[in-house]
Amino acid sequence: MKPTDIGRPEYFHKVVDCQLACPAHTPVPEYIRLIAAGRYSDAYMVNWHSNVFPGVLGRTCDRPCEPACRRGRVEDGESKEPVAICRLKRVAADYKDDVSARMPKPAEKKNGKRIACVGAGPASLTVARDLAPLGYEVTVFDGEKKAGGFIRSQIPKFRLPEEVIDEETGYILNLGVDFRSGVRVESLKGLLAEGYDAVFVGSGAPRGRDLDIPGRKEAAKNIHIGIDWLSSVSFGHIDKIGRRVIVLGGGNTAMDCCRSSRRLGGEDVKVIVRSGFDEMKASPWEKEDAIHEGIPILNYLVPKEFRHENGKLVGMLFEKVKAVYDDRGRRSLVPAGEPDQYFECDDVLVAVGQENSFPWIERDIGLEFDKWGMPVVSESTMQSSIPKVFFGGDAAFGPKNIIWAVAHGHEAAVSIDRFCSGEDVAVRPPPNVNLMSQKMGIHEWSYDNAVSNDIRFKVPLKDISISLKNIKVEVELGFDPQLAFKEAQRCLNCDVQTVFAAGQCIECDACVDICPMDCITFTANGEEDDLRKRLNAPALNLSQDLYVSTELKTGRVMVKDEDVCLHCGLCAERCPTGAWDMQKFLLTTTKAGPGCRDRHANHAAPSRQAA
Amino acid sequence: MTYIAKPKLHHPTLATNKLGFTRRDYEGPVSTLCAGCGHDSISAAIIQAAFNLDIEPHRVAKLSGIGCSSKTPTYFLGQSHGFNTVHGRMPSVLTGANLANRDLIYMGVSGDGDSASIGLGQFAHAMRRGVNMVYIVMNNGVYGLTKGQFSATADKGSKSKKGAINNDSPVDLVSLALQLGATFVARSFSGDKAQLVPLIEAALAHQGAAFIDVISPCVAFNNHAGSTKSYDYVREHNEAVNRIDFMPYREEITTEYEPGSVQEVVQHDGSVLRLRKLHAEYDPNNRIGAMNYLQEHQAKGEVVTGLLFVDPEPEDLHAYSNTVPVPLNTLGANELCPKSAALEKINASLR
Repeated sequence: MKPTDIGRPEYFHKVVDCQLACPAHTPVPEYIRLIAAGRYSDAYMVNWHSNVFPGVLGRTCDRPCEPACRRGRVEDGESKEPVAICRLKRVAADYKDDVSARMPKPAEKKNGKRIACVGAGPASLTVARDLAPLGYEVTVFDGEKKAGGFIRSQIPKFRLPEEVIDEETGYILNLGVDFRSGVRVESLKGLLAEGYDAVFVGSGAPRGRDLDIPGRKEAAKNIHIGIDWLSSVSFGHIDKIGRRVIVLGGGNTAMDCCRSSRRLGGEDVKVIVRSGFDEMKASPWEKEDAIHEGIPILNYLVPKEFRHENGKLVGMLFEKVKAVYDDRGRRSLVPAGEPDQYFECDDVLVAVGQENSFPWIERDIGLEFDKWGMPVVSESTMQSSIPKVFFGGDAAFGPKNIIWAVAHGHEAAVSIDRFCSGEDVAVRPPPNVNLMSQKMGIHEWSYDNAVSNDIRFKVPLKDISISLKNIKVEVELGFDPQLAFKEAQRCLNCDVQTVFAAGQCIECDACVDICPMDCITFTANGEEDDLRKRLNAPALNLSQDLYVSTELKTGRVMVKDEDVCLHCGLCAERCPTGAWDMQKFLLTTTKAGPGCRDRHANHAAPSRQAA
Repeated sequence: MTYIAKPKLHHPTLATNKLGFTRRDYEGPVSTLCAGCGHDSISAAIIQAAFNLDIEPHRVAKLSGIGCSSKTPTYFLGQSHGFNTVHGRMPSVLTGANLANRDLIYMGVSGDGDSASIGLGQFAHAMRRGVNMVYIVMNNGVYGLTKGQFSATADKGSKSKKGAINNDSPVDLVSLALQLGATFVARSFSGDKAQLVPLIEAALAHQGAAFIDVISPCVAFNNHAGSTKSYDYVREHNEAVNRIDFMPYREEITTEYEPGSVQEVVQHDGSVLRLRKLHAEYDPNNRIGAMNYLQEHQAKGEVVTGLLFVDPEPEDLHAYSNTVPVPLNTLGANELCPKSAALEKINASLR
């Protein structure tokens, strides 16, 4: 293999699994260390710069970082649980001091460029936050009274209190953003005619999919579309539901529906899904939470008919199916040959998916749509076929989640900034990268390198007898500072990289002997497939790289399997020559602003020669 | 030294041996020796060998004297018996322990100071009495704990870190062991575990006095240009006479070797040492040949390593002393005081 080029930011970024998995690339270990140090405000700001809504995401994020967490690959025995990254984020939000003084100030001087954002959800607000402090005049339109979009309308208050949304949307609206509440944009053509320099569409995927089976029309009074019902609950238009409730669907919306029902009078609430329990789209922890609240989840049942008597819903009929896999492993659901199952109910919530809907975009203004009715949008620039119109969040590529919306918002803001500066939006700015030794003295590092043996701590919950009575009582209490410290200590500091300087190595084997995970091998070089088999411990996880040195004195190379490295730094502690060093790799994505542009600022012309 | 404990977590595929132990279960606490010390590599080799041989930790007694080397038993086989003796007195204490309980596996760990200076006499007598043990000398040619003065094994002409030249002749423990009747003699290098681990395994299986001299560079005081015990010098001058594969019992040869290039030595316990010859003329069953070979090649500045001599049918102290087959410490009052009738019988035989 060729020697690894650690100068490429991609190499070490990949080692920080959590940060790589995060769509917004939040530097997770960096803020977890700050939480462990009790520096909650600093931890909050690291998050805020990267993901904009730490308090919201710390309660509701889909947490792609956690399945990626190295802890889930290295723990002993059955447990193998990732660090509770998401809930640690909430700790930063819960225990921070007043951070308003640390927020950017509204721009003193406007740059004369006007940007319109359609919808006040997380994508639009991210665009507004990134652009407003730069001097852009940002106008955000939303049909609702308050900002937040689905964050406010869809997520039940027992998971996300209103104050948290107010606080974090407030930080953005205070940046001099013009928020037009209660103004639903009815025409993109009309909006474009108002002469905005760029338009960002962050209008979400606001239409819930319906279920067209017999009885749907007749029993319509007691059949509700999940996302519409949730927003009615959120805004206080609905405050009760029947005693027996069936929730159809296996996603997170279904979980929010069933748990909300339990709090509004539903005593016999059940979730019924077509697929198997394990294939449900809902996150495992959301399923757990529902089950914990006494909600059974019945699987492999396909809705067949709404039964009604005198125009009133009385129950639902389901066909039992089973999963059959073909040669290619593709699943199909076929009748199980069992009798249909009937469940009595008073209300049904249909949460079988949501769709995009752009009735307000005229089809004759040059905006291209694909055959599924989705706008054609570049995945890297978020630009549509009209150069000044950008998309992000669920409006761009269909329903995803908040953190993806934020990531889209950042990219769109970069594109808009470059677009408005007359630069090519297809050229993307490289990330900011810093690699810095953590050595403070002999065997002293500026990070806590001891590895905790604790297994994942559970977030304490409010007593179920209280939380089921009031839909506004937050279920999760969050970690207290002591628990948060212990959980934070489980983080392996994967951003503190093992950096190897081949020229200093005397091949004494000290690192090989001390490495608890047998990651390091000195051996003859070879092709990757061959090397992976010859290491002290086989490198079986092909998604993780091998770190290969240049040739050493004996003609061998150092090969390190990054897969299960604990970043404990013992290789560097036992190295007599400093060939190993622990260096912190901090990657921050480049946001809109001078750093993302080719010409940094008009007045900053190079003047060295002139001087 | 390292302040944190080595993390308990281990590689997901870490193997277990017949006893259900992983290699990590044979470790001790984290080493307090200087970073990069060759001794730590030898400790790792001992751990690997004990794991490979499915040795029950409680059946091992590890004894040492004083010095950097003699600190190492703390860092391996954390669940075995241990004894830190007075400087240079490991062989005597070990001999006593072995006499009292012949059932344990004895590992004596010493250094060049401990064995070639203050304990030279002790070393000599343990070898000539054939005490059943593995005697490992971690040989770095300097007194590390007192900041790097030449030890008795430093080669003539070797240069100290400060630049002084050693004028004294070295004590060659391998030659002494051969001469004094050790039945298993080997030399290895801490930087070559592929050679060292099977040598330790073979020595553990050997039922007699087994001696391994392991050159173990002192990174702090003896790893500079001009030293003959540095990583670079040993790597450049290392002449391995053979490569050894240790097998607890005889297996069919599946790999093809050049005719005459492989020699098998079956030890008394049935274990097999398969030697891949690197020097065709070298015969590890010939004690005198080994001594001559060693002298000739050492004179050329070569560091001869490998299994230098083995007697497949060794005898030990207990055989020489005609002791009972059970450990002496298990004998009760009845066996030790056979009563007046037995005394009468003995007296009668002497009349």
